[in-house]
Amino acid sequence: MLTIENLHANVGEKPILKGLNLHINPGEVHAVMGPNGAGKSTLSHVLSGKSGYDVTEGSVIYQGNNLLELEPEMRAREGVFLAFQYPVEIPGVSNIYLLKAALNAMRKHQGLGEVDAMDFLMLVKDKIKLLQMDEKFLYRAVNEGFSGGEKKRNEILQAAVLEPKLCILDETDSGLDIDALKIVADGVNSLRSAERSFLMITHYQRLLDYIKPDFVHVLAHGKIVKSGGPELALELEEKGYSWVEEQAA
Amino acid sequence: MSSSTQEIEQLIGQEYKQGFVTDLEVDTFPPGLDEDVIRRLSKVKNEPEFMLEYRLQAFRHWQEMDSPDWAQLNIDPIDYQAISYYSAPKKKEDGPKSLDEVDPELLETYKKLGIPLDEQERLAGVAVDAVFDSVSVATTFKGKLKDAGVIFCPISEALQDHPDLVKQYLGSVVPTGDNFFAALNAAVFTDGSFVYIPKGVRCPMELSTYFRINAANTGQFERTLIIADEDSHVSYLEGCTAPMRDENQLHAAVVELVALDNAEIKYSTVQNWYPGDKDGKGGIYNFVTKRAECRGANSKVSWTQVETGSAITWKYPSCVLLGDNSVGEFYSVALTNNYQQADTGTKMIHVGKNTSSTIISKGISAGKAQNTYRGLVKVAKSAAQARNYTQCDSLLVGDRCGAHTFPYVEVKQPSAQVEHEATTSKISEDQLFFCQQRGLSAEDAVSMIVNGFCKEVFKELPMEFAVEAQALLGISLEGSVG
Repeated sequence: MLTIENLHANVGEKPILKGLNLHINPGEVHAVMGPNGAGKSTLSHVLSGKSGYDVTEGSVIYQGNNLLELEPEMRAREGVFLAFQYPVEIPGVSNIYLLKAALNAMRKHQGLGEVDAMDFLMLVKDKIKLLQMDEKFLYRAVNEGFSGGEKKRNEILQAAVLEPKLCILDETDSGLDIDALKIVADGVNSLRSAERSFLMITHYQRLLDYIKPDFVHVLAHGKIVKSGGPELALELEEKGYSWVEEQAA
Repeated sequence: MSSSTQEIEQLIGQEYKQGFVTDLEVDTFPPGLDEDVIRRLSKVKNEPEFMLEYRLQAFRHWQEMDSPDWAQLNIDPIDYQAISYYSAPKKKEDGPKSLDEVDPELLETYKKLGIPLDEQERLAGVAVDAVFDSVSVATTFKGKLKDAGVIFCPISEALQDHPDLVKQYLGSVVPTGDNFFAALNAAVFTDGSFVYIPKGVRCPMELSTYFRINAANTGQFERTLIIADEDSHVSYLEGCTAPMRDENQLHAAVVELVALDNAEIKYSTVQNWYPGDKDGKGGIYNFVTKRAECRGANSKVSWTQVETGSAITWKYPSCVLLGDNSVGEFYSVALTNNYQQADTGTKMIHVGKNTSSTIISKGISAGKAQNTYRGLVKVAKSAAQARNYTQCDSLLVGDRCGAHTFPYVEVKQPSAQVEHEATTSKISEDQLFFCQQRGLSAEDAVSMIVNGFCKEVFKELPMEFAVEAQALLGISLEGSVG
């Protein structure tokens, strides 16, 4: 599904990613953990095509194609979804309008016609139950006046409607209380399938109690310095990031 | 400036799609303005004597006035002697009696603009008066409106058929000496629409006028007069386009609305005059005086405008709230791009008791454009319990444009309640990226964000116009408005 080889990326003149390697197969859940400033968010932004990053070396192959050549919207239409760490507000644009516009953009890309209004409503109402959100959220402006937890749930709602192939969760657990975390995790777990892969970027082990990863990677100084199974996260929690950073040094 | 800001700016700068020229035989006065030109104009239009007097009086007044310089606008001096004050498609014999006789070239022009004048093709429920340069070329659904007692015709025709009505109301809201451009208009206006809704009548269809400037080196000076008699109701729409030319062209219109007891007028504009090219060359100078008088108790006037065109816009649709409990509303979207300049807003003059007004203004600036809201809320001593709510929001696209807000408030009545809210925001790169990450093209993303910003105004537009307005901002709304 996704193969990242020797990825180097700069912000301005400053190198952030320095030779990152990662391979994700369909249906796998990978957690990337790391201390602040390790390059976690840079990784999610480079994969999703945000401007402001220069890839100086290396490659990212997604479903056999060079992902880095695609415009951000093409990546999205090909099934790369980023759940934002800080979801933006769009005043005056209702959630349901955004969802419909996004779904239709995907469908157009797949050569399908616009979604039928009734079918769409049924689909969205079905998904919104999953996230335990009130239907009123559909008619509110995108993220405007939402609490931190509501914003994160809204991101997962969008994923549930758009059905991506690769779902990147950027610090989805940050700013969530334990109840909201459970709801978001349940939403993510319900999206897991044999074809869909996840890349979870997180600072804390806590999220992994609710979403069980297949693999855990430690990102430090711009590369993956250690990989393992779920037990690695527990070890990290116990010993702290300095443990792997020392090992890598 | 980052690349994605440039991208946003490119996206918002769409091509002007109405910039074509219609090739027609025309009668045009040579450039220049003096009393003889006005006499000739009045004669060509076969006007009653009082009109000539009215024009000459306005002209003498205008000669003593100076062009206003208080607006936040940079305007090259205008040579009023270089403009032709009359241009009309050449008439065959006595002019068209019905649509069948209208020059097919003209019908084709309106069709191209999306305004078919053929009643069969026309959406049911909207009557159109088509004004081409200096004259009205066609008015649809006249018969059906006549059955309801509604008069909807070119103002030149109203001067022939209903001179007393015109004489009673013309200039009663905007006097000839009101301001420089209004005085000029009073002296040289050539056509426009006239509407009279009799007592107790709810106009059975939307009325609309479509203004088109075609000829070069001419000005368009139209005059619109709408009278809603007691207990009547009318919704009126106005659209405007012009060809792309390198020279600036002058458009100085006057619109007067009169609402008597319990009457309601809803006036909507989509102004898309040619804005000039991306370097600021050419474009229409749009100096418009629009004013409504809510003369009767419980009357209501609502202005909604979407201003996307013109090199310069100078326009303040206003309401004088004379009648007790009368209501004035102003909803505005003004989008300026490249070198466009807009200084627009409203005046709400509260005179009657318990009068209320609402102002919602949305200004969008892109490129090197300057966008100014200028508004006056005035509460006279007589206006006990008057209320006003004003909201002015500005959206900036890029970092070389400007947004300015000049709210004036004068309150002489202690029981009045006046509120003002203002915000300024930018389309952020994060918003744009978020939308792209959800599969939308950058173009659709900008449209969606701008559309969201304007939502409160668009929902005030009649359905058909809302669609047009949103299309103008490059938006696909998928059939649902509001």
